Amino acid sequence: MTDPIIRFDKVAKRFGDISVLDGLDFTVSRGEKVTIIGPSGSGKSTILRILMTLEDISDGTVWVDGEPLWHEKAGDGTLKPASEAHLHKMRGKLGMVFQSFNLFPHMTVLRNITEAPVQVLGLSKPEAKDRAMGLLDMVGLSDHAEKYPHQMSGGQQQRVAIARALAMRPDILLFDEPTSALDPELVGEVQEVIRKLAYEHDLTMLLVTHEMRFAREISDRVCFIDKGSVHEEGAPEDLFTAPQQPRTQEFLRAVLDG
Amino acid sequence: MDEMTWLDYLPVLGQGAWVTVQLTVWSTLFGALLAFAAGLGKLARNAAVRGLSVAYIEIFRGTSLLVQLFWLYFALPLVGQAIGINLRLPPVTAGILALSLNIGAYGAEVVRGAVQAVTRQQYEAARALNFTPRQTLFRIALPQAIPEMMPPFDNLAIQNLKDTALVSLISLADLAMRAEQLRNYTQDSTTIYTLVLLMYFGMALVLTAFMRGLSSMVGRWRPAQR
Amino acid sequence: MLFGFEWDTTNGWTLAVSILPILMRGLWVTLQATVLGFAIAMVLGLVLAALKAAPSRLVSWPARGVSEFLRDTPLLIQLFFLYYVLPEFGIILPAFLTGAVALGLQYSAYLSEVYRAGIEAVPRGQHEAARALNLAPRRTFSRIVVPQAIPRIVPAMGNYLVSIMKDVPVLSVVTVLEMLNVAKIIGDRTFNYLVPLSMVGGLYLILTLVAAQGVRRLDRALPKTGIPLK
Repeated sequence: MTDPIIRFDKVAKRFGDISVLDGLDFTVSRGEKVTIIGPSGSGKSTILRILMTLEDISDGTVWVDGEPLWHEKAGDGTLKPASEAHLHKMRGKLGMVFQSFNLFPHMTVLRNITEAPVQVLGLSKPEAKDRAMGLLDMVGLSDHAEKYPHQMSGGQQQRVAIARALAMRPDILLFDEPTSALDPELVGEVQEVIRKLAYEHDLTMLLVTHEMRFAREISDRVCFIDKGSVHEEGAPEDLFTAPQQPRTQEFLRAVLDG
Repeated sequence: MDEMTWLDYLPVLGQGAWVTVQLTVWSTLFGALLAFAAGLGKLARNAAVRGLSVAYIEIFRGTSLLVQLFWLYFALPLVGQAIGINLRLPPVTAGILALSLNIGAYGAEVVRGAVQAVTRQQYEAARALNFTPRQTLFRIALPQAIPEMMPPFDNLAIQNLKDTALVSLISLADLAMRAEQLRNYTQDSTTIYTLVLLMYFGMALVLTAFMRGLSSMVGRWRPAQR
Repeated sequence: MLFGFEWDTTNGWTLAVSILPILMRGLWVTLQATVLGFAIAMVLGLVLAALKAAPSRLVSWPARGVSEFLRDTPLLIQLFFLYYVLPEFGIILPAFLTGAVALGLQYSAYLSEVYRAGIEAVPRGQHEAARALNLAPRRTFSRIVVPQAIPRIVPAMGNYLVSIMKDVPVLSVVTVLEMLNVAKIIGDRTFNYLVPLSMVGGLYLILTLVAAQGVRRLDRALPKTGIPLK
């Protein structure tokens, strides 16, 4: 795994006086499934939001698929801030699943999934529909294509949101606490879909979650982030059973016993 | 002079009411266009567009409709004279223009508010799917914002219907003008003005029913309303 | 000449300067009509709101009908109705007073809704808490509900005060010499409508911007936790 598809190089992110990421170095290899864990406010979600270009960076460089995400190469080889066109091109490599699903309430499930492929990728409507129906089948919701989001449970909505992100055929899929907003009995059906993706696809996956057991199940690697930098990382069996750092031990004791 | 009964008033008032209906329809339509243009303009990135929208909204919300109507009808021709163009507007043009500009300024604030009320999460989802800002506005934000605009638009449409009565003051033969003519002729104020009030009320009820229908049409996708 | 002031038609600027005192006379009438109309609307609005909230439908339904009717018909026609019809019943009011009553009637319907919305916005839990404390309904209303409703009601009322001010020019049709009417008369006599009408527009803009700023300040100054009545 020597081909990093994501690389954070001394990335800092500040909101006013508050420093969220502080010289973060972090890489993800192509096809790797990485889970980010850590206390709330540690900057986990910010990493995903920076990658999805929902949040810019204060310092450092983010590389995606060999290209700087927030910068462009100027004529003289130096980096200058990215133009909207560059961000548009780079966003095409990424997809995101949000904590609160963020489906478009005014569109049917099918339309939610086909709208961006038609409008952004330029697929024909039948092509987009075929693709959408295939994905709905994969998430087990073929019968719900004509429903509106508010007619579905949270778990079903999140499965649609996963299908919607996949319809754009991203190289990297970001999951921002995908089960945190769900009632406990609906968590399983969403995890089942993510698990299937992790096992059967070569997609690069980056997941922020509080579900430690699930993280252990699907990840190639787990990163513990605290105070804006990677504190400890490793294979799940190592990190969960024999954490090296006191802060990791403390965090895991608190969440596993809690 | 022959004795006239209230039944004899109806054809005359009916003619006026038809003019009132036309004025209301046209100025509400033009007003809606202006409302979207200025409401979205106020949210634009371009500072000139934003400034122009704000100036339009503030001027027309900040002054009285009757002042605007008189200005367009009596003062604008003098501006035209000064710069050598004929800006003498026929009453119907001045009337529709003043009504549209006035209601459009109020509507612009409604449009702006409703678009801003679309949640940040929706914009983020749109961004994650790589929609352009324009696509996001027209495919994601506006379809969600328009149903929210409908109740205040209903109020504005009623306001506009009522405001059309003022164009009688620049000699347009609407319902208010016909009432005044009949009163001059018959001196039967009580009957005439009671009838006219009822006619305006009836038109307002029809307009509200129409706006309700429109509202449920643009909001089909929404969960059942309380 | 108007109100004893002469105008100077040498050019636009001299005209503007010379008619400013005359327009100020009109402005004074505009403000008086605004305040009187608003006062009438406040009282009538309270009566309408109380009637609409009456437990008996025999009272509340007609009250709602009257409120709708007042709100959905033009001020101009209501004004003409009062101006021409009241004298037929032997009630002869000065034009200014007729105008203020018309404004008051139209806006009483709006203000009754403001009162209702303000009171309904007080959370149900507050009523339940008062009941749990065994407060009498009247005390609950005056000590618990009204103080919390005031901060919601006052800014909305401020906005309607501004609306009334913008509707005062309608009173010119019954010969009230408010600002627009004064400007129109000057225009009729000097054949220059541009200067007086533009000045009225400018004065209105200043008035409404100042008033809007006042309402915003008031809104900020009012404690959102409520204002206890003595």
